Amino acid sequence: MKHIISLLMENEAGALSRVAGLFSARAYNIESLTVAPTEDATLSRMTIVTSGSDDVIEQIIKQLNKLVDVVKVLDLNDGRYIERELMLVKVKATGALREEMKRISDIFRGRIIDVADGSYTIELTGSGSKLDAFLEALDKTVILETVRTGASGIGRGDRILKV
Amino acid sequence: MDDSTQQQAGQISGAEIIMRCLQEENVKFVFGYPGGAVLHIYDAIFKQDKFKHILVRHEQAAVHAADAFARATGEVGVALVTSGPGATNAVTGIATAYMDSIPMVVISGQVPTAAIGMDAFQEVDMVGVTRPCVKHNFLIKDVRDIASTIKKAFYIAASGRPGPVVVDIPKDITAEFTEFNYPKSVEMRSYTPVIKGHSGQIKKAVKILLEAKRPMIYTGGGLVLGDASNELVKLARTLGYPVTNTLMGLGGYPATDKQYIGMLGMHGTYEANNAMQDCDVLLAVGARFDDRVIGNPDHFLSVPRTIIHIDVDPSSISKRVKVDVPIVGHVQSVLSEMNEILAAETKKPDASALKTWWAKIDGWRTKKSLSYDGSSSSIIKPQYVIEKLWEVTKGDAYVTSDVGQHQMWAAQYYKFDKPRRWINSGGLGTMGVGLPYAMGCQLADPKAQVACVTGEGSIQMNIQELSTCKQFNLPIKVILLNNRYLGMVRQWQEFFYENRYSESYMDSLPDFVKLAESYGHVGINIEKPADVEGALQDAFAMKDRFVFMNFLTDQKENVFPMVPNGKGINEMILGTDPNANDPANKMEG
Repeated sequence: MKHIISLLMENEAGALSRVAGLFSARAYNIESLTVAPTEDATLSRMTIVTSGSDDVIEQIIKQLNKLVDVVKVLDLNDGRYIERELMLVKVKATGALREEMKRISDIFRGRIIDVADGSYTIELTGSGSKLDAFLEALDKTVILETVRTGASGIGRGDRILKV
Repeated sequence: MDDSTQQQAGQISGAEIIMRCLQEENVKFVFGYPGGAVLHIYDAIFKQDKFKHILVRHEQAAVHAADAFARATGEVGVALVTSGPGATNAVTGIATAYMDSIPMVVISGQVPTAAIGMDAFQEVDMVGVTRPCVKHNFLIKDVRDIASTIKKAFYIAASGRPGPVVVDIPKDITAEFTEFNYPKSVEMRSYTPVIKGHSGQIKKAVKILLEAKRPMIYTGGGLVLGDASNELVKLARTLGYPVTNTLMGLGGYPATDKQYIGMLGMHGTYEANNAMQDCDVLLAVGARFDDRVIGNPDHFLSVPRTIIHIDVDPSSISKRVKVDVPIVGHVQSVLSEMNEILAAETKKPDASALKTWWAKIDGWRTKKSLSYDGSSSSIIKPQYVIEKLWEVTKGDAYVTSDVGQHQMWAAQYYKFDKPRRWINSGGLGTMGVGLPYAMGCQLADPKAQVACVTGEGSIQMNIQELSTCKQFNLPIKVILLNNRYLGMVRQWQEFFYENRYSESYMDSLPDFVKLAESYGHVGINIEKPADVEGALQDAFAMKDRFVFMNFLTDQKENVFPMVPNGKGINEMILGTDPNANDPANKMEG
């Protein structure tokens, strides 16, 4: 099962490689990983999308907690949460496609952020599955390039991950 | 901006700060080898007399010796190596310590800060190279961070589940100046090891233990590292339950005690492995259910039992085997609390169930799974050498081993009554540790008898340390069980590869007596069983000499009992089985 794990870690050189190294050394899946400093510049917040049986997820959480640089770990799937990801897609926009692409983008509440003679660049945010759905709605041949940030997650309501 | 390259009043160099840090940590020995990147540090060593530097002949041995010093004393071992090849030579030693959770600080030199990343001479990314095999590591980039980083390194190495910590220090940093302030304590928001176990869980565990019909206590290296031997003995005696130790846990419970049923695992006793499989309540303390201990996990879990698991590391719990009552905490603290609860408890263990259980265990004991054919007057049995070693040293020696058949025989036949006396590489299984381990033990306890049980394969992996032993007058006794084979490899080839002895014959061996003598030591060849005991007595009587004993042992002897890979823990081959050495009998490998 897919899990979104959030963690806070010391914003130090090499901290990211400790997490990435842990996943590869123990052969855990890693679908996406995003990291950036928080409002407290000494802390980085990381969101890892992974998958595995309950036992594997339990071990992942324990092993992450064991890393000396990791301050706190939260499995967002243990409660209610929100997940967002940003995607930029460059699509062909020539002839009839110019209108068609605009329409599909609107349906998914995307924004066209760059317009060129033969292409649009569409910005889209949402859950990973929404972004997947958008890509599926497009004809493969019109997609020139995609870039996704990987998911960021946050607990709903009072679920707060903070030091 | 301060200019740290100019010395101001009250300031000392980075190298001198390192000396002061080690002094603050009461370090007695630093095991190391000099080189370009650590020359400032070695110059500072020259000018101090607080600790002794032990010059090894290869960096791997420095780390192993520091590791053994930690195993023998419980203190943090310290090794010092230069950058590049010095650092990479240390990696095997670091990984060995990591697998067995040994507290150690390894200081490695690094090329000057400005040269990092430039593929400089003797540059290697030590923090990157060691990341998967350290508890934590640091690269220091400012002279003002040396003291606080070393303080943290010692704290992290020794607390929680111990482990090696690498501190990588660029050469220029060791020449810069700043004031020395050693922090009194360490506060890290990201690292707060648990000490006290959950009281509710501990009460629950005691209740389950008292209700057990077929109880079993299984303890590992964590019990030894946590210095909880006395607490375990008290608990086990109060309850009257059988105790088994893992390879890493030997000595955690006295081997000569009647409640001790031997080591368990791949080469464990018949009674220990059967009791492990058959028990209804299992108390695991500082042990991790590893593949060499429980065999096939599915087979182990095919019968119901309640498992209580005490460990300081939450990630060791329910890693390979799901447990019912997890208790995260320092083993000594948790066992003390259990003893207190038991002392106040009116309920007693079920005496009649326990009697039946012990009768069953005694039945397994009658198999005498450690018996061997010692009738020959011409061929020395390796097991016999270990038995005599135990007698001659009165069971009170530090015994280090390398890895292979001799390691298993030492573990099976030397009865360890005290913790921290059996020093071996259990997790990583590093050949070549034996001699440097013996050096660390002898320095830790100069008056003690130290025996290095080894094989002719392993001893040659760090044979150069004979020179270090001479320099520091270490009166170690090497017990070489020389069967002219990489014995454990040969054994597996017999069992699982139809006797194709691929590269397992040790040809062109040196004359070990002459070799020992050329390093200034005493060498003895022992070729007949009748000479074994006398030679051991003679050797241990030479209290101030290093003695290298070359025992020519049975080339064909195999380690039994043996649980073949992938089999259940009680599906053992015994040495007394008529077709024990018949390869047709061995199932899959």
